[in-house]
Amino acid sequence: MLEIADLGFNFDDDAYHFDMQATADSTTVIMGKSGSGKSTLLNLIAGFLTPNTGDVCWHGKSLLGLAADQRPITTLFQQHNLFPHLSIWQNLALGIQPSLKLTADQQQLLEQSLSAVGMAGMQNQSARTLSGGEQQRVALARCLLRQKPILLMDEPFSALDDATRESMQEITKQTIATNNLCAIIVTHNSNDAIALNARTLTLENGQLNDIG
Amino acid sequence: MSLAVRQNKSAWWLPGGISLLAIALLAGAPLIALIYAASNLELLSTLSEPYNQQVIRFSLYQAALSTFLSIVLAIPLAVALSREPRFFGRSLLINLFSLSLVIPTIVAIVGLVSVFGKSGLINQLITMANLPAFSIYGLQGILLAHVFFNMPLAARVLLQSLENIPQEQWRLATQLGLPGRSRWRFIEWPAMRPQLVSIAILIFALCFTSFTIVMTLGGGPRATTVEVAIYQALRFDFDLNTAVALALIQLLLCSLIMIVSSVFGAHSAQGISSIKTSHNSYQATGHWINVIIIIIAALFLIVPLISLLLKAFNPAFISILTHAKTLSAIVNTVTVALCAGALAVATGIGLHVSARHLRLRLHKLWGSKALQLAGNIILIIPPVVLGTGLFILLRPYADVFSFALVLVVIINSLMALPFVLRILDGPFLQAAQQHDRLIQSLGITGLARWRYIDWPHLRKPIAYSMAIASTLAAGDLSAIALFGSERVVTLPLLLYQRIGSYRHLEAIATAVLLLFLCLSLFMILQRVIGGKADA
Repeated sequence: MLEIADLGFNFDDDAYHFDMQATADSTTVIMGKSGSGKSTLLNLIAGFLTPNTGDVCWHGKSLLGLAADQRPITTLFQQHNLFPHLSIWQNLALGIQPSLKLTADQQQLLEQSLSAVGMAGMQNQSARTLSGGEQQRVALARCLLRQKPILLMDEPFSALDDATRESMQEITKQTIATNNLCAIIVTHNSNDAIALNARTLTLENGQLNDIG
Repeated sequence: MSLAVRQNKSAWWLPGGISLLAIALLAGAPLIALIYAASNLELLSTLSEPYNQQVIRFSLYQAALSTFLSIVLAIPLAVALSREPRFFGRSLLINLFSLSLVIPTIVAIVGLVSVFGKSGLINQLITMANLPAFSIYGLQGILLAHVFFNMPLAARVLLQSLENIPQEQWRLATQLGLPGRSRWRFIEWPAMRPQLVSIAILIFALCFTSFTIVMTLGGGPRATTVEVAIYQALRFDFDLNTAVALALIQLLLCSLIMIVSSVFGAHSAQGISSIKTSHNSYQATGHWINVIIIIIAALFLIVPLISLLLKAFNPAFISILTHAKTLSAIVNTVTVALCAGALAVATGIGLHVSARHLRLRLHKLWGSKALQLAGNIILIIPPVVLGTGLFILLRPYADVFSFALVLVVIINSLMALPFVLRILDGPFLQAAQQHDRLIQSLGITGLARWRYIDWPHLRKPIAYSMAIASTLAAGDLSAIALFGSERVVTLPLLLYQRIGSYRHLEAIATAVLLLFLCLSLFMILQRVIGGKADA
């Protein structure tokens, strides 16, 4: 269970206050207007920002004392998920072993995660040559590879065209279900919540409201 | 509010800390020595001497006049280049504007003397027209050389402003049928005006601290700047009192210029980035006037260099190249260039790595800026002042001239540091801004970050900054003039000695050799460190 309790954050004139819970093996979509604080919430959970008050707990243990890479969390950003000058293999391997020296098991896992997003056999291709949808799929493969129980996605489909968006939504849905992930997805598009069959929260005036 | 995030236990402060320590030791210690020495001297009586007052007045006067001329001439040139996007050789000419960074000042001076000197082309034409001869020595020569270097710099910055005007404004002007004068008044002038103050301050600062030009073309009692007067007091008169007094005045005036410059946002190394070409698409007005302006500017810049090259291949050329003193000077020049370049780049990278962390992870924007500002200290401590400080600091302990090359490396690396910082600033920040959260979430740190993320992104800017820093060091005369001797010479000093002893042919051959050495260093370092295109 992911618990966000009394999480307060002030930035310039904006004050945010977040309270929510999400179980493992669930998908929560957070919607709201631009500037409503959706990305701020993800950044607080991921460890990119430090809250003024409150706590973020996973199975009862606080995550606030942990650096971003030490939290049980993996994040898919809206863009810049891949290092364009590296190959797909290097981009994935960096997610588990910064020295890029993978064991046989890790290599096998890498290949499986690529297959899971429909990108098998493309390991040596440069990330620069991929389309927007392919880049997001590779980034999702890396999220899988990292085997973290919480998946945060910040507007993951907003830069994609309609056809790619639908296929990416399907892959994401399957990935979350197959791996029993606790997924929190920020979006401004209500169709994403419907497509992912997710619980929906709205963010208004710095507060979260559950709309089912 | 707390924006700082919990970090891995990475020693983010270490690279910046080492760089700061190096700057404190190499620049701070000489500065303190200078101030300490000043407390034991009679500064006011030294400064009240008429000669010293005349030197200060002349420094300000020539810098103001050089700035005015450079900008007044740069404005029509920038407008002409902007209005003639398809002019033959336009991009070559714009690239030539940047070469003033790579061409050593003393080499360009030899070129200017070969055209504007007593037996140069211009004086031959003047004599044919029965007009009084033009002397390149004195104020007029200093102004000519300052305009040669700074007019292209100003034109480049102003052209960039004109190139940044949105296409829509030109289309609107065409649709409204605005005549040339209205386009100038409502589009071009408003685009250039915000840059004028900052570029004027930059040029004023460069001319005020100009050393090589004044020493070579001025130098007499009536045309000496503070910078050259310090050198003369230290090297010829052994008058420490005057040297320290003038060094402090120079320090004070440079600090004032820096304060004014930071208020108006002038950049130390402006004009070193490439020009984005988004040519205006409207019908050029005053086509022939534009063409004439561009041709005159091109001739002004190119003829001295061509004249230099043509005169270089004289009978003495080979013997000069193989002369033992020339060979020794080549070795010293390359050594100084590479060591100073490497030191400047290493210091710059150290500052940027920590500044990047402060800015992006700890959200301490001011801390980040302050760290980078520390690298610009040379802008308030001109090389000759720094040299004077080093001289005073080390004199009680050792024969300063016995390790001249080490001191020259130190001064040249600090001189190049503002350029290095400016070149690396954008790429460092851009690369980090795009991927910092991803890097953070994947926990990529230390050597792995440098090897897989930073180096591929920064390789080319690092190569460019190393090339610029090394080339600047290779062509610098100020530091080696202070510490060099008959035993320890670099090519710029050898060239200066040959000019001073009126060995004209030898001087021209040495100048061409130095020019080729600088251009070779510039290209080789970019290729070796930066790799092939789009690596």
